[in-house]
Amino acid sequence: MSVRHISLRSDNMKPILEVKNMTMDFGGLRAIDSVDLSIEKGQIVALIGPNGAGKTTFFNCITGIYTPTSGDIYISPNGESDKQERINGLKPNIVTRKGLARTFQNIRLFTSMTVLENVMIGCHAVTKVGIMGAIFRGIKTKTEERFIVEKSYSILEKIGLAKYVDELAVNLPYGAQRRLEIARALATNPFLLLLDEPAAGMNPQETMELDELILRIRNTEGISILLIEHDMKLVMSLSEKIYVVDYGRKIAEGTPEEIRHNSVVIKAYLGEEIGEECDA
Amino acid sequence: MTAKHEIRKSIIASIWFMFLTFPIMVIKVNTVTNTIEWRWYNMALVGIGIFFLSMLWRYLLKKKEEGGKKEKKAGLSLIQRLLQEKQFALPGMVIIAVITIIFPHIFSMYQTNIMISALIFVMLGLGLNIVIGLAGLLVLGYAAFFAVGAYAYALLNLHYGVGFWIALPIGGILAALFGILLGYPVLRLRGDYLAIVTLGFGEIIRLVLENWNEFSFGPSGIKNIPKPGFFGIELSMQATTIYIFYIVVLLVVFTIFVINRLKNSRIGRAWTALKDDEIASQAMGIDKAKTKLRAFALGSTWAGMAGVVFAAKTTFINPASFTLWESVIILCTVVLGGMGSIAGVIAGALLLILLPEYMRDFGEFRMITFGAVLILMMIFRPGGMIEDVRKTYKFEK
Repeated sequence: MSVRHISLRSDNMKPILEVKNMTMDFGGLRAIDSVDLSIEKGQIVALIGPNGAGKTTFFNCITGIYTPTSGDIYISPNGESDKQERINGLKPNIVTRKGLARTFQNIRLFTSMTVLENVMIGCHAVTKVGIMGAIFRGIKTKTEERFIVEKSYSILEKIGLAKYVDELAVNLPYGAQRRLEIARALATNPFLLLLDEPAAGMNPQETMELDELILRIRNTEGISILLIEHDMKLVMSLSEKIYVVDYGRKIAEGTPEEIRHNSVVIKAYLGEEIGEECDA
Repeated sequence: MTAKHEIRKSIIASIWFMFLTFPIMVIKVNTVTNTIEWRWYNMALVGIGIFFLSMLWRYLLKKKEEGGKKEKKAGLSLIQRLLQEKQFALPGMVIIAVITIIFPHIFSMYQTNIMISALIFVMLGLGLNIVIGLAGLLVLGYAAFFAVGAYAYALLNLHYGVGFWIALPIGGILAALFGILLGYPVLRLRGDYLAIVTLGFGEIIRLVLENWNEFSFGPSGIKNIPKPGFFGIELSMQATTIYIFYIVVLLVVFTIFVINRLKNSRIGRAWTALKDDEIASQAMGIDKAKTKLRAFALGSTWAGMAGVVFAAKTTFINPASFTLWESVIILCTVVLGGMGSIAGVIAGALLLILLPEYMRDFGEFRMITFGAVLILMMIFRPGGMIEDVRKTYKFEK
């Protein structure tokens, strides 16, 4: 267990992602209500909460799909305090280029492309050949193309999808599709990986493999992870810190052990205890 | 049992059609003698015709449904396989090259001229194919960019005496600018909405050209546009035609080359990704605005260059050459030929431009055949004549 919980924190380090007082309104509906969150370098953090609590909206705000109504999002890729950068309202592609990669709750792979090509698209953020380069296909373009293919393949090997390399993405088994989304996100060279329900629809075997995969990504690549998940077993075993949201508000944060025994969290998930209701 | 059933269905269809066509096919009023002719034999013909057509129709549909399952795996038609076979590629290319080179010398000037028009439409089709087939943006006002190119050459030549070879890139660049101009406000639109806006844009350009007399000389157009010069030598009528033919062929080859390169590049992949899923592509770091504008700009560049060639070929242009009908024809060449497929678009353009030209005797039926062919295509070959097989990246160690 000691390998699992590495804390890299030292006192002069800033969190790599710091969300301060973020609020997101859709018309009259407040989907996220002044939520704070921070992730240290190398941490695995989970964001949990009942359905409709605003978890995915939170992701969308961070990754630039929505612009939060108020509040600040800061990133600091290496955790250095003087290099903090505010990323509110940046376009999703810019946010990705800054090193925040995400996966989607409902799988969003490029269906007409092969597995390798899906990952190659992920490399888009870190390459830059333009129209002229594409037309003339000079040495630079060729080297870049080779770089893209080799990088994509090595990522697939790491994730364990190398055997599907030329397969169409839609033809993959469900669990493999979810892993491919992670592979694609890794290709963007992120410092923080945001996983939106990576274990949804997986069987116990696949979930166990996913657990290992996430740990491996953190331990070998040094990529921090923020995940939304309903599978409590996975959340409790993986994460070092858990944030719980309900109706857009943060109702608890702490270690898995603390969350497990937090009465507010239990209430949010299971409702009030019958005994209490009777007493009242 | 089934045969009986099928026959009954066909009989019902033929009775229905006989009833529908009764007023126009059977009754004929003779206005001179004020009598009515009852042409019952027409009804019989309709009945028999529809009976067999309906049989054939259902047979084909059935066959298609059965074939659909098998074809998923086998997938490729004969032409597609021929295109992919390496051993046929080189001889095929040589044969096509030889035919194009000797074409203007063995056929009459009339034929060559028709071929030039057809090749201009091949260029237009390939250009639109970038926007529709590769980037998945449905643009309906494509003739507007064609007009921009043509008018660029005509006006630059009229006012400043600019020659063909200088006007060619300028026309392309101007059209690209117009493409970006149109593309920018419609970035967030997709599908039908995009089609409607681009349709409006096409009409705006045409109306401006038609009504702004001081600028474009209105409906009377611009005449005496010079044909391309051959290093300052005056060519005879016939030689110029042949010369233009070769220019268009070269431009088509250049277009094919560029599209091929783009298709298998980082940009081409970004287009495919954007077509598949906009949000996911953005999350992968693809700049939606930039990528779409690139498609618009590139697509209209070819329309602009085709416009310059068109102006040089006809030596006279007016807004009537750039109506919605032209846009629709270009769109049809892409859809009929096969979206995204280069060979398909070429075949589609040649077919759609050459057939009406050679079948002038059947001019009245052009629209009907056109409509019927398109409907039949949508049902039996939704991917177009030569469906695009996207070249996927095969990994080799």
